[in-house]
Amino acid sequence: MVNAAIAVENLVKKFEDVTAVNNVSFQIEKGEIFGLLGPNGAGKTTAVNILCGLLKPTSGYATINGYDVQKEGEKIKKLIGVCPQENAVYPYLTGIENVELFGDLYALGTEDLIKRSSVLLEKLGLSNDARRKVEKYSGGMKRRLSLVMALIHDPQIVFLDEPTVGMDPQSRRAIWDFMKDLKKEGKTVFLTTHYMEEAEVLCDQVGIIDQGRLIILDTPENLVLKNSVENLEEVFIKLTGRKIREEI
Amino acid sequence: MILQRVKALTKKEVKKTVRDPAVLFMIFLFPVVFVLTFGASFGGLGGSQPVYAVGVVNLDEAVPPSWASVFLETLSNTTILHVQLYVNNQTAQSDLSQGNIQAVIIIPSTFSQSLTSYHTAPNDPSDWINATVSLYLDKGSVVATQALPPIIQNVLDTFVDQNHNTVPTPIRMQIASLIEVKQLSAFEFMAPGMFTFASIFLIMMVAQSFTQDRENGMLKRIRVTPTTSTEFMASQIVSYMLIALIQAVLVFAAVHLIGFKPQVSVPAYFTAFAFVLIFSLSNVGFGLITATVSKTSSAATGISFLFVLPQLFLGTFVGSSLSPVTQLACKFVPSYYVTDALMSLFLRGATITTPTILLDLFAVSSSCLLILAFGIVLYAKYFKL
Ligand SMILES: Nc1ncnc2c1ncn2[C@@H]1O[C@H](COP(=O)(O)OP(=O)(O)OP(=O)(O)O)[C@@H](O)[C@H]1O
Ligand SMILES: [Mg+2]
Repeated sequence: MVNAAIAVENLVKKFEDVTAVNNVSFQIEKGEIFGLLGPNGAGKTTAVNILCGLLKPTSGYATINGYDVQKEGEKIKKLIGVCPQENAVYPYLTGIENVELFGDLYALGTEDLIKRSSVLLEKLGLSNDARRKVEKYSGGMKRRLSLVMALIHDPQIVFLDEPTVGMDPQSRRAIWDFMKDLKKEGKTVFLTTHYMEEAEVLCDQVGIIDQGRLIILDTPENLVLKNSVENLEEVFIKLTGRKIREEI
Repeated sequence: MILQRVKALTKKEVKKTVRDPAVLFMIFLFPVVFVLTFGASFGGLGGSQPVYAVGVVNLDEAVPPSWASVFLETLSNTTILHVQLYVNNQTAQSDLSQGNIQAVIIIPSTFSQSLTSYHTAPNDPSDWINATVSLYLDKGSVVATQALPPIIQNVLDTFVDQNHNTVPTPIRMQIASLIEVKQLSAFEFMAPGMFTFASIFLIMMVAQSFTQDRENGMLKRIRVTPTTSTEFMASQIVSYMLIALIQAVLVFAAVHLIGFKPQVSVPAYFTAFAFVLIFSLSNVGFGLITATVSKTSSAATGISFLFVLPQLFLGTFVGSSLSPVTQLACKFVPSYYVTDALMSLFLRGATITTPTILLDLFAVSSSCLLILAFGIVLYAKYFKL
């Protein structure tokens, strides 16, 4: 457990009337891509928020690199990068200004900051728009910028809350490649999604969460094999009797 | 505390202010436009002097040509006054109360007699027959109460004694319907309040900034970085001090343009700006209190007026005509002390060592720091910084 990048034990988070996370336990090894898969309201964002120190768990225990999320937040903040579910970017700043602001918040050196921001903006296809104000960006562009802001300080552990939501298939694939690169660099990635395919293609481990409960946890291959189905979509249907999201 | 963070957050906050047209208007353009229109409406713009309508009732018993008719002529020759004659006090008073004229001058029955006695024996006051010229002013008009008495007094002085001697004369001017007259123009009297006036609206900006960043998830996003709450609050305080300073400079330029040019020493200017800066702390404090109780940024706009309005009415353009209760209430808003200090500095030649300035400084610093501390504690209690 001490060696795990992320470890969660009997984690519970109750809001007034709902139990958003209900007795969840799992471990993520360093260098793994972990996918938390679940429908709307399953408790994915709540789990991420507890892990990055924004929410206090009602009970249970969670560590990041062996640091207690409740007591050692200061140490954890330096290790993690978080891309929240909603596009949190400053609309009145340009793309590059948003990125530089977060670089400064992580106290990066000027040279480092310039180098990393240009590499990341290039990788995510924002180089040409970096000097435009973000209020003029499309939704997908904001999403990609938000990713750059989360990764500017080269964090070891990355939380990505539905990183590809609202993206066209082409951009989505670009992000997938980007995440594969992160894995190659040895980063640990905690990913939430409700796209089955995304989890199947990327993840070393997939946890399926529904109504706060982690109903199963395994590699995507095992999940498909053990449930004798074709893909993760069918795993979810088999386990819950529902589709993860209705087709439109 | 890492300065790089504070600097970056401050830069962001200032950019937001400068780039958002609505904010830009509220903070910078609005005060400047206010000062300019205000100044223009008092005739300060363009250098042309205003004309005041003045009624004169001549009760002098001497047969013209008399001293009284000479005085009337002198009054009429003053380009700044438009003189209208009335046969009796009643008709004049009625026009005054209807706002047709701004003042009534009563020339007493013994006016010519008095002047004759003066000119017969200029150096022997015991032989003089005293007379009193009464002046009725439109109390509701700031112009009338502030500007007319010195003008008329001046006309009277030059008329009685052409050589501007300082010797006493038998003619006195008495202001019949007003207790207190400051020897200042209306605009000068109000200029110090404009600095405070402009600054108060920062409360709304701070409250909106916090609620907006809360709504769009930026505050959460900053919280997952190693930024400490001290660094974050420091950046807010520095930002709004900077904005308050820019604002004060702009208001000063506008006020200067209108013709407010106080003869003030450089240290006194620094003292004045120090007051404005310290005052901006209370704006951050009130802004935080507003942001704590407001669910959304639009709610924050409305709620911020709870702090803006009292400070506006009780602490910016405070007249002497307020009721005792209101005057007491003024003592409870920080803006009152800022305006008071600026008045003393700009209009009465006070310096940093003047007791009233020191007292004001104490009142402003302690109240603003308290409000800021309260704002921070309250906000931190309900929302993590
Ligand atoms: N601050 C809160 N107060 C009360 N209830 C909350 C709060 N945040 C989340 N919840 C509830 O907790 C449950 C889980 O929400 P959460 O945002 O974690 O879901 P999610 O899996 O991220 O869903 P989505 O795919 O829509 O993002 C929901 O029922 C939600 O209503
Ligand atoms: Mg979510």
